[in-house]
Amino acid sequence: MWDRNRSEEYSLRRREVVEHLIKDMDDLLIVAGLGAPAWDITAAGDRPLNYPLWGAMGGAAMIGLGLALAQPGRRVLVITGDGDMLMGLGSLATIALQRPTNLSIIVLDNERYGETGMQATHTAGPIDLAAVAHACGFEQAATIYNEDEFDQATPAILEGEGPMFFDIKIRAEEPPLILPPRDGAHLKDRFRVALLGPEKGVNPTV
Amino acid sequence: MTDTPAAWPNDIFTALKALDVRQVAYVPDAGHTRLIEMCLNDNSMRAVPLTTEEDGVAMLAGTWLGGERGVLLMQSSGIGNCVNMFSTLRVGRYPLLTLVTMRGQWGEANPWQLPMGQNAAAILKLSGFQVHELEHAEMATDTIAASGRTAFEANHMVAVLISQRLIGSKAFAPAGGN
Repeated sequence: MWDRNRSEEYSLRRREVVEHLIKDMDDLLIVAGLGAPAWDITAAGDRPLNYPLWGAMGGAAMIGLGLALAQPGRRVLVITGDGDMLMGLGSLATIALQRPTNLSIIVLDNERYGETGMQATHTAGPIDLAAVAHACGFEQAATIYNEDEFDQATPAILEGEGPMFFDIKIRAEEPPLILPPRDGAHLKDRFRVALLGPEKGVNPTV
Repeated sequence: MTDTPAAWPNDIFTALKALDVRQVAYVPDAGHTRLIEMCLNDNSMRAVPLTTEEDGVAMLAGTWLGGERGVLLMQSSGIGNCVNMFSTLRVGRYPLLTLVTMRGQWGEANPWQLPMGQNAAAILKLSGFQVHELEHAEMATDTIAASGRTAFEANHMVAVLISQRLIGSKAFAPAGGN
């Protein structure tokens, strides 16, 4: 079955979910997948430790892995979409093998490709992304359908021992564009300066 | 012929250690076997097997964001899998050091390896890489050191293509000949 319209009825709203998770969480290292997740984290307040992607489809979770391995003392939160996650399904196998305890991946799953015209993705059909993650070796992996489940999962997402994966079913909608900076080098440099300090951030030496 | 293993994989490993490389993303290749094994056994390195090469490109962006250095080990056929993800690192002016064991060159007997092998350097250059060919074992240490300096200090993408003549071409003939 491929129900291309059902996500219009889902109760959770993407902007509210993201704001609830990251608002005032100043220490979080956040990677957002291209398109709507990048706009969502920006709507919650642009900050240097946000790394919103304008491309790199399929790569958000792997960027999170490299970051989590480099910064084992910090919580890394990957916020991405179902389209990005579907393009990088193999990365779930790679991440589960490494078991980064500080990495949380959430998929804002509206069952649509938002940036290309809201066409349905595979998640409007039988695929269960959380089951895929679990089968890859994520011990904590679940699908979230409503506010109660989301509230229960929030502490685990922000503080629990990972790696963890939550597929959050959200309503298909197109909230106003809130765009982060576009320049990739700027986004990288401001992140490194905020995390590592000005010297190591921009002028590393061998 | 002798069974003594070549020294250049050890030289590459030592050069990567000198560069303070901490994360090693790889898709296995016969030519990288010993290097990968050394990285897996080193306590200061995290060697990460991938399911596809572009995942390693994305991972190493995160590695750099987090303040560490990494390297991507792959076979020349993997370059084609990476092209879109290379653009993310290029637009971000990220360093990327990749060591590519070549197929489709000297003595290649598998015609399916020829297209990517023959186009590897051109694709990398189109993607914004500085490309170094490593054809002689005695150049391994210097080539990795120089490539690492350009990658990590000049924030550039650098590929070292380890030539098939150096690695040795794969034999497909069954024992006893065909």
